[in-house]
Amino acid sequence: MSALINVPKSAKRGQVIEIKTLISHVMESGFRHGTNGKDIPRDIITSFSCKYNGEEIFATQLFPAIAANPFLTFHTVATESGTLAFHWTGDNGFEVIEEAKIVVE
Amino acid sequence: MRKEKPMMRHKINRREVLKVGSAALVGAALPAAAQAQFQSFAPGQMEAAVRKVLGEATIRKGKVTLDLPPLVENGNVVPMSVSVDSPMTKDNFVKAIHVFNEKNPQPNVISVQLGARAGKAEISTRIRLATTQKLIAIAEMSDGSCWSDTQEVVVTLAACLEDLP
Repeated sequence: MSALINVPKSAKRGQVIEIKTLISHVMESGFRHGTNGKDIPRDIITSFSCKYNGEEIFATQLFPAIAANPFLTFHTVATESGTLAFHWTGDNGFEVIEEAKIVVE
Repeated sequence: MRKEKPMMRHKINRREVLKVGSAALVGAALPAAAQAQFQSFAPGQMEAAVRKVLGEATIRKGKVTLDLPPLVENGNVVPMSVSVDSPMTKDNFVKAIHVFNEKNPQPNVISVQLGARAGKAEISTRIRLATTQKLIAIAEMSDGSCWSDTQEVVVTLAACLEDLP
């Protein structure tokens, strides 16, 4: 898959967990020129969000200043067992949805 | 003596003119092409971008830590992390974090929306920097106050503007 996600398999209730995501994407800034002198059109991921059992816990807007293969780490409180859904969208209809399970005791 | 004086002055003037002229030629020929790209970006674009996102809010220094390497060899991949000192409770949490740059072609770097459920107001990612410049991270708190941190970064190899090989 084009995305790598690192979520702890299990956590204690109320514990703050760290989530790491990495997705392969060129993040073409739109500010570069090809050998023919023409501008290379922008092709980036513009937004990313994470939902914990359907509730949005993290959202971000990305800009061309984000390096290729966007890597993000953020945190959340482990409240209950369930699913974390990750959603990337970008230029040219780019869309990737991934999921990860977590068990909370 | 009276006749020599104007001659001397004339000679010195001519030399000075030549010196200045050649220096200007060298100066103009070498960095101008490289600098032209950066000069075309409107000065104060960072300030304008900050105001566009945050309006007229007062931005105070503190609470935020923007972590960037002081010297970057490759501007294409620069690790960056932002953390905000906040208890992250229901009544007092970080609503959003915004990062802006001074001299990239576009002033925005990233905008993040958080909530009390984040537990910890800390994010990290990897960014691009076109040249040596200043960055600012601004945190918007749940009570509406804004806090910031700025960081200078020296970049030796620029990102964004290089052409394809």
